[in-house]
Amino acid sequence: MIKARLTERKKIRRLSELPQGGSCTAGILIEKNAGWRNKRPEVDPEKCVGCHQCYLYCPDGVIVKAQKGIVIDYDFCKGCGICAKVCALKAITMEDER
Amino acid sequence: MTSESTERINAENITEDEFFFGHKACAGCGGSLAVRIALKVLGERTLLVEPAGCMSAVSFNYPQMSFSNNAIISAFAGTGAVLSGLKAGAEVMGWKDYHVLGIAGDGGTADIGLQALSGLIDRNDDVIYLCYDNEAYMNTGIQKSGLTPFGTSTTTTPAGKKGKGNLKHKKNLFEIVAAHDIPYAATASIGYIEDFANKIKRASEVRGTSFIHVLAPCPTGWGIDTSETVEVAREVVDNGLWYLAEYYDGEYHINRKPKEFKDIHSYIKRQGRFKHLDEEDIKEIIAQRDKTWKRLQQYSVGQ
Repeated sequence: MIKARLTERKKIRRLSELPQGGSCTAGILIEKNAGWRNKRPEVDPEKCVGCHQCYLYCPDGVIVKAQKGIVIDYDFCKGCGICAKVCALKAITMEDER
Repeated sequence: MTSESTERINAENITEDEFFFGHKACAGCGGSLAVRIALKVLGERTLLVEPAGCMSAVSFNYPQMSFSNNAIISAFAGTGAVLSGLKAGAEVMGWKDYHVLGIAGDGGTADIGLQALSGLIDRNDDVIYLCYDNEAYMNTGIQKSGLTPFGTSTTTTPAGKKGKGNLKHKKNLFEIVAAHDIPYAATASIGYIEDFANKIKRASEVRGTSFIHVLAPCPTGWGIDTSETVEVAREVVDNGLWYLAEYYDGEYHINRKPKEFKDIHSYIKRQGRFKHLDEEDIKEIIAQRDKTWKRLQQYSVGQ
């Protein structure tokens, strides 16, 4: 599956290791977005029927389809709450982040 | 409704690859949802052009790069020109099976990039131009653009004792583009994301330039909660302040005509940028809405 991945930042030791002409490699992430969140979405697997509307409407693409229902990538979820609003069955609730 | 090809895109058959992931857009950003879905429909072999704007500011943060496809930042006014250049380059190198996509905001399309866009449509290069419209220059701090609607309070048109916010109505960008007799143009809203995804797919199948204008609410600039972005984008279509339409083969088609428009009061009152508006202003907004719909219906077919 194609998706930007968390990678460790490489230390640049030589001039030749610098990117050329203002270009850089695609799909590289250095830090997570988890710290932005003050509410976290929690899925109730009993209520979820796997219609995947939350997956479609997530602006950050952090909801991943699973064999049964969905899995949320909490490393990059910003806690906006759109998934909880678009869920027709109210299977996603926003809980306070502790 | 919109696509000629047999299979419509939905949550089950859209690719699970993410080409716009880990970006730094605000929570609940409508624009980032439009970009994410557009790239999911077009796939990895997409050459992307981004002028200055939110979407380039949140993704190109060296050494972090949120796009997983080829992407380039162009000059603010030059999206259309760079699109033509990329297309010509790919053709010379003999590439097969790829898309060229430009994504600009409302300011970068309707104000600053309008000349380059007009030139692009005139050349009729086989590319897709996507305008995500959050109704002001949000990246630089909410300044009025040509697509800011009447009555909006922005930092350059502030509401106060002497001002009622923006005095001008939204530019009819869709009609400006359609007037070029473009092969394919459409409007969409992130509130109806499947409709939007299928319009992107259709645009990729059309030979020649295609243009999509998608309304993408901005929680920061509109003064709404981050969770309300999609809801607001649906409401604005249901109350008629935004329309879903297409232009192809020289004809206008309205995709979604609500039998009865929903009351616009709840839409106006829930947004911080419209808080100061009184009944008279709302009447003005309704009058403008009815005028737009009357004109659209006059020259659209099949309604």
